[in-house]
Amino acid sequence: MSGKTIAEKILAAHSLSKKEISPGDIINAKIDLIMSHIGTAKVALDFRKIKPSKMRKVFDPDKIVVLLDHYSPAPSEKWAAAHDIIRKFVKNHSINSFYDIREGVCHQVLPEKGHVRPGMLVVGGDSHTTTYGAFNAASCGIGNTDLFYAYVKGELWFRVPSTIKFNITSNLQHRVMSKDIIIKMAGDYTAEIATYKSIEFSGKTMEDLSIDSRMTMSNFALELGAKFAFGVPDQKVANWIKNRTSEPFELVKPDPDANYDKTYELDVSDLEPQVSCPHTVDNVKPITEVSGTKINQAFLGSCTNGRFEDLEVAAEILAKNEIHNDVRMIVTPASREIWLEAAKTGVAETLINAGAIITNPNCGACFGAHGGLLGPGEICISSANRNFKGRMGSEAAKIYLGSPATVAVSAIKGELTDPRDF
Amino acid sequence: MAIFGTKKEREYKEVIKGKAWVFPDNVDTDAISPGQYLDNLKATLDHTCETIIKEFPSQVSVGDIIVAGRNFGCGSSRETAPNILQEKGVAAIVAESFARIFYRSSFARALPVLEVENISKEFTTGDEIEINIPNAEITNLRTGKKLEGEKIHPILLNLLKNGGLENQLLSELKSQGKK
Ligand code: SF4
Repeated sequence: MSGKTIAEKILAAHSLSKKEISPGDIINAKIDLIMSHIGTAKVALDFRKIKPSKMRKVFDPDKIVVLLDHYSPAPSEKWAAAHDIIRKFVKNHSINSFYDIREGVCHQVLPEKGHVRPGMLVVGGDSHTTTYGAFNAASCGIGNTDLFYAYVKGELWFRVPSTIKFNITSNLQHRVMSKDIIIKMAGDYTAEIATYKSIEFSGKTMEDLSIDSRMTMSNFALELGAKFAFGVPDQKVANWIKNRTSEPFELVKPDPDANYDKTYELDVSDLEPQVSCPHTVDNVKPITEVSGTKINQAFLGSCTNGRFEDLEVAAEILAKNEIHNDVRMIVTPASREIWLEAAKTGVAETLINAGAIITNPNCGACFGAHGGLLGPGEICISSANRNFKGRMGSEAAKIYLGSPATVAVSAIKGELTDPRDF
Repeated sequence: MAIFGTKKEREYKEVIKGKAWVFPDNVDTDAISPGQYLDNLKATLDHTCETIIKEFPSQVSVGDIIVAGRNFGCGSSRETAPNILQEKGVAAIVAESFARIFYRSSFARALPVLEVENISKEFTTGDEIEINIPNAEITNLRTGKKLEGEKIHPILLNLLKNGGLENQLLSELKSQGKK
């Protein structure tokens, strides 16, 4: 019998069906943690349909985390009402891990508050739930009906995924970031290379990356179709988590003889900064091919690249420079903790001095809800994870995705610019 | 309000027939359910998929079937995507592949989705299409061409028969509550 991948080990450990599982099997599995944000309003309304009313119970209030990060603070009466439904719902069901609008974006806050640990099976009412793979958890997004079911039953069906491995080696050039690696992968292997599959990232480059940088890759892996996206399960992860929680955990490592669909070898020593061009994430070009494209907005934020490391890089670049007069630079720290650190370290001051606008931690601009939408014909360089038509407002706007360094440098120049010279 | 969704139960039929709408690869959930209309069901119904096929929202009718390329439904986890297509009357989707969450959510809502290799090349919008769901057999009634897709797993087929995950859960709780 051959060895097991990380996904196979975690799913087997949670299986309520058989324990011997292989890719392609469909099993029922018990869930360790559920995350939901604005979709919680729909769950709350679904709960009202349960009859008799004495059956209206969540499976375990301590295994649920709810946040208000979408439409925060509420940009309209409708969303204020939705938030209100959610606040009442979590109170009624004694869901104590509730983070109101002050805290930040789900995929940043959950790990920060110690909710995510290695070996866990996590589902979230948000596609980028793959982010927790950086912490050695099997985590994926689900839709609202699955969410409702999970809230009541604490279990769901899962198809056991096969796994592909990306072995990444060599040192990155100056100002080339993990975002450039994952965008390059989308370009080379398409946005569906990992559909229904689990990804394992490995290799020297991955080991050297900070936890922040690894989170970017597990986050963006969803745009490659991934179900799970595991970073390297090493001491760095263990140390990070020990600082956040006293709950016990054990790293889950793949067996040396585990079966992979395919292993991709990537040498990133010559990797240029990469951008996803409008309107798909896998329409990728090296920055040198598109430099000179004029921009109207630069967005630094989101659960992909709104972490402290990202703000810090931008501040380094902006320290001696001013943002171009024709550019609006919007910075959205991914969490209150990050915002605070940016305030304490002077990073925020540098950004504001250079002409940036810093918003509260939230999802608004990233998914085109409020606080930084684009008009027809406008062009934005964004550190987020999606550039679909209409994602940030007008369908006639264009979004380029790049690293925080590329965003900052382009904001100075007023056009897409190679950050390696800064 | 679209965020709260709407429920439309569909009766499970083994064989369905309808008019095909052919979609390209990588149809994303922002195209199906645009972010700026998430709080407005009427607007979502009026604008769904218009960036891909301009006349789709005004001309799609109940019982029509979407035939698509690869990676249909990629993007966000918003369930308004399969939901809105159901609301428009789409009876099934056959595609070369689906994005994971869209696939899950379709079964959760009892919207039949089938994976069939190379299907999008075999159809033109307007063709009459017939699907045998349990056998995963697709026929283009204009050309007579038959294709076979991947069979739906029994657990998922059951979801279609039970009218989706929510119905299944609600009836289970109801019978438990009586005890
Ligand atoms: S920051 Fe953007 S991608 Fe991340 S959860 Fe919020 S809306 Fe989604």
